[in-house]
Amino acid sequence: MKARAISTRQLSQRAAFSLIIVATIIVVIPVLVIVLQIILNGASAISWDFLTQAPSQAGKAGGILPAIVGTFYLMLGTIVFALPLGVMAGIYLTEYARDNWLTRLINLAILNLAGVPSIVYGLFGLGIFVLLFHFGMSLLSASLTLACQALAMTVTTSREAILAVPREYKEGSLAVGATRWQTIRHLVLPQALPGIITGAVLAMSRAAGETAPILVVGAAFLLPGLPQSPFEQFMALPYHLYTVSAHVPGMPKSTVWGVALVLLVVVLSFNVLATIIRLRTRQRRLNA
Amino acid sequence: MLEQLSPATTAREINKNLQRRWRLGEKFIEGWIFLAGILTIIVLLGIIALLLKEGLPIFLDTPPWEFFFGTKWHPVSDPPTFGIMPFFVATIWVTLVATAISVPVGVACAAYLSEVAPAKVRETVKPLIEILAGIPSVVMGFIGLMLLSPLVQSAFNLNTGLSGLTAGIMLSLMSLPIIISVSEDALRAVPSDFRQAAYALGATRWETIWHVSIPGALSGITAAIMLGVGRAIGETMTVLMVAGGALAVPVSPTEPMMPMTAAIASGIGNAVRGGLQYQALFAIGLVLFVITLAVNLVADRVLERQKRKFAR
Repeated sequence: MKARAISTRQLSQRAAFSLIIVATIIVVIPVLVIVLQIILNGASAISWDFLTQAPSQAGKAGGILPAIVGTFYLMLGTIVFALPLGVMAGIYLTEYARDNWLTRLINLAILNLAGVPSIVYGLFGLGIFVLLFHFGMSLLSASLTLACQALAMTVTTSREAILAVPREYKEGSLAVGATRWQTIRHLVLPQALPGIITGAVLAMSRAAGETAPILVVGAAFLLPGLPQSPFEQFMALPYHLYTVSAHVPGMPKSTVWGVALVLLVVVLSFNVLATIIRLRTRQRRLNA
Repeated sequence: MLEQLSPATTAREINKNLQRRWRLGEKFIEGWIFLAGILTIIVLLGIIALLLKEGLPIFLDTPPWEFFFGTKWHPVSDPPTFGIMPFFVATIWVTLVATAISVPVGVACAAYLSEVAPAKVRETVKPLIEILAGIPSVVMGFIGLMLLSPLVQSAFNLNTGLSGLTAGIMLSLMSLPIIISVSEDALRAVPSDFRQAAYALGATRWETIWHVSIPGALSGITAAIMLGVGRAIGETMTVLMVAGGALAVPVSPTEPMMPMTAAIASGIGNAVRGGLQYQALFAIGLVLFVITLAVNLVADRVLERQKRKFAR
C-alpha cells in the first residue's frame, strides 16, 4: 500500500519532469530552425558582389552595400549620442543622486522608457527631430531617435558597471585628497569601462536590428549611393529586408534570405562580442 | 617690498588659484552630469507631450466614443471615419495567442532550467535563449512570412496564412526570453532552506517545485508574464508583416487583421502632417503608450514585492 503510494508520486514526478523538458525543447527547436534556415537559404546569395555592389533593378539584382554601410552609420550615430549621455546619467545616479523624489522619478522614467513600443519612438522622432528640429527624414533624425530608445539601456548598464566598482577603491581615493570628480574620472570610470562597453555593444546590436522607428523617420528603400552627410536619407539592412520580403513582387527568394543572413550576422556578432568582453573581464577579475 | 613674497607663500597662492579653477571646471562637468541624469525624464515627458499635442486634436473631429468604439477606419473617404476598434481587437487577439503559448512554455522552461536541469544542459540552452532574444523583429516577421504562414494556412485550411494566429505564434517566441529569464531569477531567489525543509518532510523534487518553489516565486512569475504581454502588445514589425493587415473587426484569430502598432506603421507614411489621419495615428500611439506604461508599472510593483519577500 505504502510502496504503491510512493510509486504514483514518483510517476507523477516523472510525468511532470517530461513535460517541462518538452517545454524547453519547444523553446530550443525554433531557435535552431530559424538560425539554420537563414544560414542554409541565405548562403547561396552571399558573394563578393552582393556585399560590395549597389542594388539594381529595384533590388532584384546587384548587391546591398548601401544598406550594410547605412546600418553601420546608424549604429555609430546611435552610440555617439546614447553612450556619453548614458554614462553621465549612470555617474549621476551612482555618485551624486540622493535617495529623494527626483531619483525615484529618474528610475521610473528609465523603467518606462525601456517599455515604450518602438513604433512610438518612431512617432516621437518624427514629431521632434524630423519636424520640430527640421532635421528632415535623415540619418541624423534616425540616429537621434534610436539613441533615445537606447538611452534606457546605456544608463542601466553604466549604472550597474559603476556600482560594481568596490567601495574601498573610491574611499581610498577620497581619503588621499582627490575630489569627487577626480575619483570618478581616474578610478571609477576605468574600472567600470568593460561593463560600460558591453552595454554599448549590446545597444548597437539592438540599433542595427530596429526597423519600426527608422521606417518612420528616414530609411529609404533604394538609393544610388551612400549618404554623403547626416542630413540625407539612407538605406538600412532591416528596412531593406522588410521591403524586399513584403513589398517587391518577383523578388528572387535567395536574395531575400541573403539580406536576412547578413542582418542576422551583424546583429548576432555584436551580441557575441558583448559576451566575450563580459567573460574576459570576469576572468581577469577572478585572476586578479 | 610688498612684491617680495617668500617662495612658500607664492606656491600657496598658485595652488589656491589652481584649486579654484579646478573647482569651477568640476562644477561645469557636474552640471552636465546632472542634466544627463534628468535626460530620461525629459525624453519621457517629451514623448507624452508630443503624443498629447498631436493626438488629442482628433477628438475635436471624432468624439472619443466614436474613436474608441467605432468599427470603421476609413481615413481617405469623404467624410473620413476613424474608429480604432478593429486594431484594438486585433491587438487583443495576437496578444492572447502569444500569451497562451509563451506563458506555460516559458514558465515550465524556467522551472526546468533553474530547478532540474544539469549544469551542462543549462549552459547550452541559455545561450540559445539569448540568441532568440537577439533576433531582430523584422527577421521574425520574415520567418513568419516564409516558414510559418504556409504551415498555418494548410493546417487550418485558410485562404491566407497571414493571420492573427500566425503573428501570435511568432510573438510568443519573441516574448519567451523575457518570461524565462525573469521567472528563472524569481525561482532562484526562493531560499534553498525552503526546499531543504520540503525534502526533509519527505516531498519529492517535483512536489517541492510545485508546492514550494513556484508559490514562492509567484509574484516574480506574474511580473515576468506581464513583461511578456507588454512586449507582445508593443511589437511592430512582426505583426505588420504577418498579421494580414485586414481592416475589419476580427472575430477569430485565424482571420487577417491589423494590430494597433501595425496600423501606425503602415499609415504614417501616407498621412498628411497635421491632417486628421496623422492626428488619429498619434492618438493610437497614445493609447499604446498608456497601455504599455500601465503594464510596466504594475509589473515593476509586483517585482519589487517579490524582491522584498525574501530580503532579510
